[in-house]
Amino acid sequence: MPTRHSSDLLVIGAGVIGAACAYYAARRGLNVTVVDRGPVAGGTTGAGEGNLLVSDKGPGPELELAQLSTSLWHELSDALPREIEYEAKGGLVVASGTEDLAALRTFAARQAAAGVTAETVPGDRLGDLEPHLTPGLAGGVHYPQDAQVQPALAAAHLLRAAGGRVRLRLGEPVTGILTATDGRVRGVRTPSGDLHAPCVVNAAGAWGGELARLAGVLLPVRPRRGFVLVTEPLPRVVRRKVYSADYVADVASGSAALQTSAVVEGTPAGPVLIGASRERVGFDRTLSVEVLRRLAAQAVRLFPVLATVRALRTYAGFRPYLPDHLPAIGHDPRRPGLLHACGHEGAGIGLAPATGQIIAALAAGDEPPLDVRPFRPERFGDGAAC
Amino acid sequence: MPNSASEAPGGGADSAPEAVPDAAPEDGAEYGPEGRADDGAAYGAECGPEYDLAVIGAGPAGLAGAVTASELGLSVALLDASGQPGGQYYRHPSPALGATRPEALHHNWPAFAALLRRLAAAEVTHLAGHHVWTVVAAPDAAGSWDVHALTGANGDEDRPGRVRARAVLLATGAYERQLPFPGWTLPGVVGAGGAQAMLKSALALPGRRVVVAGSGPLLLAVAASLAAAGARVPAVVEASDYLGYARRPGALLSQPAKLAEAAVHGAALLRHGVRLRTRSAVTQVHGSDRVEAVTVSRLDRQWRPVRGSGRRIACDALAVGHGLVPQLELAVGLGCTTRRTVDGTHALELGPLQETSVPGIWAAGETGGVGGFQLAFTEGELAGLAIAARLRGRAVAGEGRRSPRVLRRRRARLRAFADAMAAVHAPGPGWPQWLDDATEVCRCEEVTAGRIREAVADYGARDARTVKLLTRAGMGWCQGRMCGAAVACLAAQAQGPRRAQGAQPEPSPERRPLAVPVRLGALAALDEPNSPGTAEPKPTER
Repeated sequence: MPTRHSSDLLVIGAGVIGAACAYYAARRGLNVTVVDRGPVAGGTTGAGEGNLLVSDKGPGPELELAQLSTSLWHELSDALPREIEYEAKGGLVVASGTEDLAALRTFAARQAAAGVTAETVPGDRLGDLEPHLTPGLAGGVHYPQDAQVQPALAAAHLLRAAGGRVRLRLGEPVTGILTATDGRVRGVRTPSGDLHAPCVVNAAGAWGGELARLAGVLLPVRPRRGFVLVTEPLPRVVRRKVYSADYVADVASGSAALQTSAVVEGTPAGPVLIGASRERVGFDRTLSVEVLRRLAAQAVRLFPVLATVRALRTYAGFRPYLPDHLPAIGHDPRRPGLLHACGHEGAGIGLAPATGQIIAALAAGDEPPLDVRPFRPERFGDGAAC
Repeated sequence: MPNSASEAPGGGADSAPEAVPDAAPEDGAEYGPEGRADDGAAYGAECGPEYDLAVIGAGPAGLAGAVTASELGLSVALLDASGQPGGQYYRHPSPALGATRPEALHHNWPAFAALLRRLAAAEVTHLAGHHVWTVVAAPDAAGSWDVHALTGANGDEDRPGRVRARAVLLATGAYERQLPFPGWTLPGVVGAGGAQAMLKSALALPGRRVVVAGSGPLLLAVAASLAAAGARVPAVVEASDYLGYARRPGALLSQPAKLAEAAVHGAALLRHGVRLRTRSAVTQVHGSDRVEAVTVSRLDRQWRPVRGSGRRIACDALAVGHGLVPQLELAVGLGCTTRRTVDGTHALELGPLQETSVPGIWAAGETGGVGGFQLAFTEGELAGLAIAARLRGRAVAGEGRRSPRVLRRRRARLRAFADAMAAVHAPGPGWPQWLDDATEVCRCEEVTAGRIREAVADYGARDARTVKLLTRAGMGWCQGRMCGAAVACLAAQAQGPRRAQGAQPEPSPERRPLAVPVRLGALAALDEPNSPGTAEPKPTER
């Protein structure tokens, strides 16, 4: 094995988070190796809808991360090929009853105070924004900053745009974390050999907890399963990302039980995507008929025109869930040289660029662009005995 | 679910949630044939199983399994997408066409006719026009399975139905493998199996001058059928070399009936002046609006076209296919273990009595590996016997039937023969050299070979799933059934020699949790668990 470092930064995970870390680190002049046991976007990224949302986040550290990401995605949409299908399409959150609407408006007012653009829409004007929306809704809030990308293509193009400073090692599982006698990380072990780097980033998404365990630290990432229904290609019947107000409560819930609140959106390629269910059942991909029933029923309630539209496929993905719904980003003081960039739950695509920028800054020894203390990886316990 | 109390079979008239624990007896005694639902009341019980056995697919394997199990006293529901039994193999004209001798297009019709007579005599609930979209473990009745289907001729009516059973026999058959080549999207290019199906069900020919190409024993049968029905068949173009059979004499000589069948086809072809070209492939289709001619090239042992060997043959249709791929969506969705077959497809890993790796789920016929109708009959019968023995808790052999031991011996012989054939016809690793970068591989989403190669070489795709994510290949109507084999090969080949060993599919078969498209309205109308009263109209209404 070569004794000198083969790269400055070693990123474990070729999903969108790992790709963004590699992209921003390369732009800082670091040499990066990205290693993944599977292909690019083989995990949660490939199962995501590509939500870049501010609308579902209340004021706080996650919203700040989302706001930074929103502007970075906007920049990336110019820097990356248009194949990433970036669309600043806006989100529309609707409430069916006056009580829901009052709660939604209160929430939106707090978001607006934190800098989010949130425009209230009376019930009788919702049709202007979404002509096929069911009539009779109490009202809604329009979030023009919400956007969308095709996540797998976004990850692939981030990695490619990073240029020659990024090397991809796909199909290579990390089987161990190499440490020096002082406990400092110095690389990773794979079946085809050891890879050396002074900094290793855990961007393993829903599997980030397992990777932390390999490094001897605790990070309680758990999978929170979601199903997406994909319809046949349609002309644009859904223009924005449309969801009902109870979605926000579901996202914030810590319950392991099933929650569903349909998020409906069209895509440039034609199919309408319908998410989002949440349940903690481990890494179980078995089809749940009940989840599909609920998603379909809620989507048809929002857009009655969808009743005669066929679902062509469905798939499950696993959101990397941390108990306080905040990602783990930054140095792990328990294992010097190890950085985490995982646990973004269902918001990883949206939060990827800000996360990548933070990791790149930290790896280069610079100040991160925002306060990372809320995301510190050791906040769930020291895990020394883990 | 439609669950008005009066239809609930098996004593489950009280469909209130609190009745659930009592309504799922362990021994199933209540669910013998006496307890069976009447026709049309297949959907009903909120909790207990309505049937001992649900058989999916009414081809040779499903029919044999359903009839055998029913004759042994099980209550059986037989679900099939088609309006009439027979599956792909015994496809026959709908009565509306008024064909007087459908058997004229079939070999082995008597065996099928005998099964149909037994089906008529048995008390099997034949649910025709049922498109099964998923099978799941019943969420509220341990040890039972829910078979979810859409009803209607094309599965496009918003009527979801559910059949609950204690055991499921998957007899979902196979579909044709297609390998793309320049021009394969031109009108007039049809699947070889599709051409035969058209002939059997609609008595229609794809053209007047039809080249038959690809690989596999089906080609000879297709060519013989087309010629007999009046088409000119200028050539049968077979990519493999029939000399391969000579290297596997043991498996072949054990099946004199199969050899006789091949000889019949061969004789028919000679009679019609059809020329067989082996180790050759159609590498280009010519024509502006539809097929006008094809170029046939010689292949080397790797199936690479030999430069300069191309020869043009005029025709107005091309029937092409590269063997069959087991149809595994439902089984994969259930988590059944699969194995790689000798010709690079996936098939179910089955126990000695046809049970899959998931207890209670059984399979017969092509799902366990493509092997033809005789094997399907044998496996269906064996599965029927084994399921009856399992559910009745005792051996059911004797009773004037072939014993499981005899059936298993027969199965082993037929499997060995099928494997020998599959090895001969397995696609060679060089076939992607037929493709230029402009060749469309995924027809639904119009994705070219060039874009797939780019996704692998430049964007980090390593398998068909990632190629799909990055190019949309396989995301369209057919959900990759048409292009999946080709995409998987291209993904593997672009990675260099280590993984590029011919028509290697994915390490695991692609997941398609929706076996057929389902209207959102139909999904939305499914029963809420434990909330009777949200019933759909029962299928006999409307």
